[in-house]
Formats: sequence, C-alpha cells, structure tokens
Amino acid sequence: MDTIKQQLHAFLARFFPRVSLADDQNLFQLGFINSLFAIQLISFVENEFAIKLDNDDLDLAHFSTIQSIAALILRKRELNV
Amino acid sequence: MSTDLTLQQREAQIKFAAFAQHSLAPFVDEMDRMEFTPAHLLQEIALQGYLGALAPRQFGGQGLDISTLGLLHEEFGRVCSSLRSLLTVQSMLIYALMWRGSEAQKARWLPPLARGEMIGAFGLTEPLIGSDARHIQTHFLLDGNTFILNGQKKWLTYGQIADLFLIFAQQEGQISAFLVEKDTPGLTLIPLRGLLGTRASMLVEVHLQDCRVPRTHLLGGSGFAFETVAGLCLALGRYSVACGCVGLVQACLDASLLYVDQRVQFNVLLLEHQLIQQMITNMATNLTASRLLCHETGRLMDQASSESLLSTWMAKYFSSLAAHQAAQDAVQIHGANGCSSDYAVQRYLRDATVMEIIEGSTQIQQTTIARYYANMQMPSTTNRSFGMDVDGFARGV
Repeated sequence: MDTIKQQLHAFLARFFPRVSLADDQNLFQLGFINSLFAIQLISFVENEFAIKLDNDDLDLAHFSTIQSIAALILRKRELNV
Repeated sequence: MSTDLTLQQREAQIKFAAFAQHSLAPFVDEMDRMEFTPAHLLQEIALQGYLGALAPRQFGGQGLDISTLGLLHEEFGRVCSSLRSLLTVQSMLIYALMWRGSEAQKARWLPPLARGEMIGAFGLTEPLIGSDARHIQTHFLLDGNTFILNGQKKWLTYGQIADLFLIFAQQEGQISAFLVEKDTPGLTLIPLRGLLGTRASMLVEVHLQDCRVPRTHLLGGSGFAFETVAGLCLALGRYSVACGCVGLVQACLDASLLYVDQRVQFNVLLLEHQLIQQMITNMATNLTASRLLCHETGRLMDQASSESLLSTWMAKYFSSLAAHQAAQDAVQIHGANGCSSDYAVQRYLRDATVMEIIEGSTQIQQTTIARYYANMQMPSTTNRSFGMDVDGFARGV
C-alpha cells in the first residue's frame, strides 16, 4: 500500500510540483481533478499498476484522495491474482 | 521527438491517399453544394474498413494503431473535411467503447460500428452550452432500471444518418454518458442546414423528451463521465481534427503550387513574385511543423503516455491555425478565382474556419495550454484558484 501511495505521490508531483498533498486530502475540493488530468490519472493507474478499471470503478469517490485511489488499485490487483 | 513512420505506416498512407483521391475527390465539391453525403460513398468507405479502422480485429475492425489512424484522417482531410469528420466521430464512439465499455456493450455495438453498418454520433454540445461543456443542461433521472433523459443537443456530426448517439446528461451537476439508439421513443432529430463549412456533414439537433434508456446503456461509470468518457473522446477528436488539418494545409499547398506555376501576371509566373513565395513558404513550413506535432501525438497516444493529452491540445491548436492561415493564403493566391466555386480553395477556407471552433476553440486551447504550464510553475495557493479550476480544462468541446 505504501509503495502504491509513493508512486501516486510521485505522479501527482509531476503535475503539481509546489503542492504537498496528504493521503486523505480531497483532490476534488482542491480543484485538482479535471478532464485533462483525470484521463492522465486513469491512464497512469491502468498502465503503471497493470489493471483494467471497469465502469463501476470509475466512481468519483474512488478518485477523491490518494488513499482511496491506492485502495482501489490494491483491490483490483487482489481480484486479478 | 522521434516521428519516423514505419514502412508499413508509409505504405498505408499511400493506400489511403489513393482511395481518397480516386474514390472520394470526384464527389466532394458537389457534396459541399448539396450539403449531403451520398449513401454509395458511405458504403464504399465502410467496405474499405475505414469506419472501423480503430476497432480491434476481434470486433471486426482494422485494429489500426493511433499513428496510422492519423494518417488515414490526414488523407481524408486533404480531400474533404466533412468525410474526415465522419471518421472522427465514428472513431470517438469506438474509442469510448473500447476503453470504457463493458464487455456486453462492446459485444453489442463494436461490431456494427466497426463494419460501418452503424453510424455513431457524439452529443455533448447544446443550444445554450458550447465551450462551457461541464454545465450542460440535459438531465437524467433513474427510474428503476431505466434512465429518463430530457434536454437538447446540437451540432451532432452525421447525426442525420446516425444509429447510435453518445449523449451526455447531468444530475445535480454530475455528468453521465448514455448510449441511445436512434429508434428510442422520445428521441427526435432535426436536420441543420446552411452551415459555413463542413457542409456535407449532415448535422442535427437532437431533442430528448422523456427518452427512456436501459441502465445497461450507461457508459463509463456514474457521475464521472465528463472526465472519463467525454475527455477520452475529445482527446481522440482533437487528434483527428489536427491530422485532418494537416491534410487541409497539404491541399492548400497542392492547389497553390499548381496555380502559381500556371498563372502569369506582369509577364512572369505568379511563382516568381516574392510575396507569393512568402505565402508558399509559410504554408510549407507550417505543414511540416503541424505534421510533426501530429506524428508526435500519435506516437505518444500509441504508448498510452500520460503526456499525450497535452500533445493533442497542442497539435489541434497549431494545426487548425495553420490550416486557416494556409486556406486564407491559398484564396489570396488564387485572387478572384479563389472566391469562385470553380476552385476548391474557397471550400478549404470555409472548412478551415470550422476547424478553429470544433473540439475546443482556438481560445480554449490557448487558455488550457497556458494554465497547464502555469500550474507546473505556480505555488499551491495560486494553483487552487487559477490553474486547476475544474472548468479550466473542462471546456474542450
């Protein structure tokens, strides 16, 4: 879980180099999620962690914090095992 | 930047160009005048597999990579922006299904879309909502296992002959995407005529009145469709339009070179006049630059690179400007003849004007790209209020 979070932090830092994000900070409330960034984030999650996100996974709540994104990745990985 | 095409891609482009020049070009000026695309051309394009070029082979498509798809759209754009726009929207629907469709949705709709037996249309823009697409007014309600859609959509390319509509609607500001078949009760199509450019693209306005759609027709999850479905479709759309613009610039250059090498003024060919040379030089240079941007974007998209999104914005921004400038210069070079329907350059100029508006206007591209770079530099407090404001990147229509 920690490794996943570190990878997510590194990805986010590429886009927001001056911002220090907490794991439970809501990305939507910060105004971070938009159409350009959302696709890049989904593309990153699917490619980096070798998972395929289904319709049910594409829920706002799953992408609201680093914690929730990491939990989604972990859950999808466990399903694939 | 590495933009070398493979031998296979170069051979494919030669094939695409031959088809466009021989099978499409003889009809396109008449199509522009009539504001209509004849059925036999649609069948011919479908027979070649070009409508399903992007769809995986297992679903009856050609399984082209994005780079090769761009070459196809360039060659169509070189001949006719309307027909290029047909490929654009069909590819957008296929792309959305490929990446965000459930297995059942793929099995149901990808094969007919890939074979060209079904035409797709993309419904995001509305009569009162264009660039500010996050604030669409069309709304939905869930009633048991059925969604009920109400609202209006406008400017749907090839909507007059579409069989499947990808409709975006909102509930309390959360946007979802729905696949709506043309015979769904409550769906009404109103043809739009008298357009400035891409006149053969058979646009419609769509009215949805208590239009009931099964729950299984929801595409890409609930409430997150603006980012995941519309964003995905529009990224491909921008790339397609950009490649089409490369073809448009090439067409302007081809027509201009032919003209300046035949027309004599002041006892010398037009080509000998230095101000004509300046316009030819600008055209040729912008052609090369926009083509390089498109090739780079295609390469990044094929690699599923997270950098490909920004690249689609830049490619579309630069190529549509280049197309508009090239078409203006081509008309100028042709003088009075350029204003006549006897010469295709007047069509190029009208089509190029549309290219600066669709899939994100030039001004939206400018603010989007600037905000992207501003965010990479600004401190966090500014970040929240300026760069990453949701609407800032959301206006990509």
